[in-house]
Amino acid sequence: METTSPVERLLRGVALTLVVVFFMFPIVWIFLMSFQTNETILRIPPSVVFTPTLENYAALITGKLQTASGTLDIAFMRNLGNSVLLSVASVALALVLGVPAAYAFARHKFRGSEDIAFTLLSFRFAPPLLVLLPLTQYFQWLGLSNTYFGLIWIYQLICLPLILWIVRGYFEDISADVEYAYRIAGHSWFSTFRKIALPLAGPGIAAAGLLAFIFAWNNFVFALVLASADKQPVTVGALAFVTASGIQYGQIAAAIVLSITPTLALALYAQRYLVEGLSLGAVKG
Amino acid sequence: MNATALLIDSVDKFYGPVDYGVHAVKQLNMEVKKGEIIALLGSSGCGKTSTLRMIAGFEPVSRGTISVAGRQVHMLAPVRRNVAMAFEGYSLYPPLTVRENMAFALKASKLSQSVVDEKVASIAKLLEIEDILGRYPSSISGGQQQRASLGRALIRDADLHLLDEPMGQLEPQLRAVLRGRIKHYIKERGLTAILVTHDQTEANALADRIAVMEGGVLQQFDTPQKIKERPANLFTGTFVGEPPMNVFEASVNGTDARVTFGLKDGVRLEYQAADFSHAVRDALMKRQNVVLGIRPYSVRRSADGVTGRVAVNQWLGDQTHIAADFAGGTMVLVEHDRTSLEIGQPIGIRLDPASLHVFDSESGMAISHGEELA
Repeated sequence: METTSPVERLLRGVALTLVVVFFMFPIVWIFLMSFQTNETILRIPPSVVFTPTLENYAALITGKLQTASGTLDIAFMRNLGNSVLLSVASVALALVLGVPAAYAFARHKFRGSEDIAFTLLSFRFAPPLLVLLPLTQYFQWLGLSNTYFGLIWIYQLICLPLILWIVRGYFEDISADVEYAYRIAGHSWFSTFRKIALPLAGPGIAAAGLLAFIFAWNNFVFALVLASADKQPVTVGALAFVTASGIQYGQIAAAIVLSITPTLALALYAQRYLVEGLSLGAVKG
Repeated sequence: MNATALLIDSVDKFYGPVDYGVHAVKQLNMEVKKGEIIALLGSSGCGKTSTLRMIAGFEPVSRGTISVAGRQVHMLAPVRRNVAMAFEGYSLYPPLTVRENMAFALKASKLSQSVVDEKVASIAKLLEIEDILGRYPSSISGGQQQRASLGRALIRDADLHLLDEPMGQLEPQLRAVLRGRIKHYIKERGLTAILVTHDQTEANALADRIAVMEGGVLQQFDTPQKIKERPANLFTGTFVGEPPMNVFEASVNGTDARVTFGLKDGVRLEYQAADFSHAVRDALMKRQNVVLGIRPYSVRRSADGVTGRVAVNQWLGDQTHIAADFAGGTMVLVEHDRTSLEIGQPIGIRLDPASLHVFDSESGMAISHGEELA
């Protein structure tokens, strides 16, 4: 182990602290805001000293938003439920479709395989707004607008390429000979995929799934255009806090805290896989 | 007992489109009897591993047929070919211990647990990996992984055992010991093994016959002794043997009484016509240019020989390697005693006609070995 002088260690500590403060400050500030009323938030000069209140959270959970001009119904909890449903279902579908596809692209070089893989990746190049207009038309003709099915389908534009490319890199990292050894010992192609390839690529699949979940969770524009109020996720639902009688900063902050909680919990839980998976798999993809 | 274990018939392998891709194996024909150990010997990229993978079924055959134990297998999935293989990259299953890895290879054979345990124990003893049976592949050394992988292949009772560089990672001492044991194990059970290697010592020690490959072409398929004594062409002659065979281009001039080879720098090697058989002499007279080859340990020093100058004199502990500037090239001699030759010192070199290999200067094919026609 290399030795470091006390000065160097001190400087390193200061630098790390600065970075952490810089990145954590907005989150901490939002966390504090979620326990304040609009008046204490907007007070000048701002202060970190205040009497905490739970009324923002209460309003979100009961769905009754008290404003100066009366009580407003908000569907935040429903939005949260929609977010969970849409993200989980999209990632699940993308895993079911993407993992076997990634395996195929990694192991079998067939005519046009690179082109197909690249086309799938190119879904992520196009700005969403570019495809939204024609998509809206199609969805209306097909009767898919404002359905969970339609949204989950369109979320594949986000999840599928991500999972496909990360998991593919991971499969490519597994020596094909391990699978050959299994096959030559008397096992079929499918059981090799299930018993050898899948478990070995496990961390990579978990990492890709988590990443896809975060992207799906944070999506805004597809849901905004293609779904109406009762199918919208939290990202779109947060717009309801901009009311005729002003912006409800406290509720927005509380909503943000609530909506990042599931992703944060998932990310903390899967952190180990995420680092391992991304550093081993994606680099070579 | 002499049934055919493996028959490779006119096999071509192309990577990419047939006839246009990289031609890795060219018109390969090979017949291996049951109970034989065969070494595929060649430098990297010579097609030996491609051949092995085609037999195992990991690479499709572009043209031709492969039969194992009388069954055509080249269109079958690997699982249905009944071959075992040890991989160069070991390819152990990471979540399983060494013991489980080896036992796993027997799973499909539905043996009872006690038989499996017994087999694992005996092969572990053979390969000296008894102490690591309970460990996982990630926690053992490369050499140990290689032995585990070898054990996983040898433990099976397959029609054919394919071993891809099976001992490359082992320490030299262990390698020498294991070579003997593995050969004994294979012979005792009447197994048939195809071994891919670039190490000629390994090929010589293990194999009954060696298939020398280069550029995707089978150069020679014969016993180790024949390959050394009667190389079919210039490639085999120079590839097999350590240090390599000395080769010199020469013009041929023959009369009824004498045969003269003219080398570079005006060096002339003169022989009595009677030194060669009639047939060899006739073959030589038909040509103007040939390539002469002679093994380093067949080169003799003699006061009345052609003069060369010592460039290197190395005592290797059991033999001396002398390199001398000779006829515009280098002539390497091997002697068993330590010599006190100085660098630059002239020495007389004599090439015994009985140890001369003569090759065609264009095709590289052998014309004669000593007194006999190739």
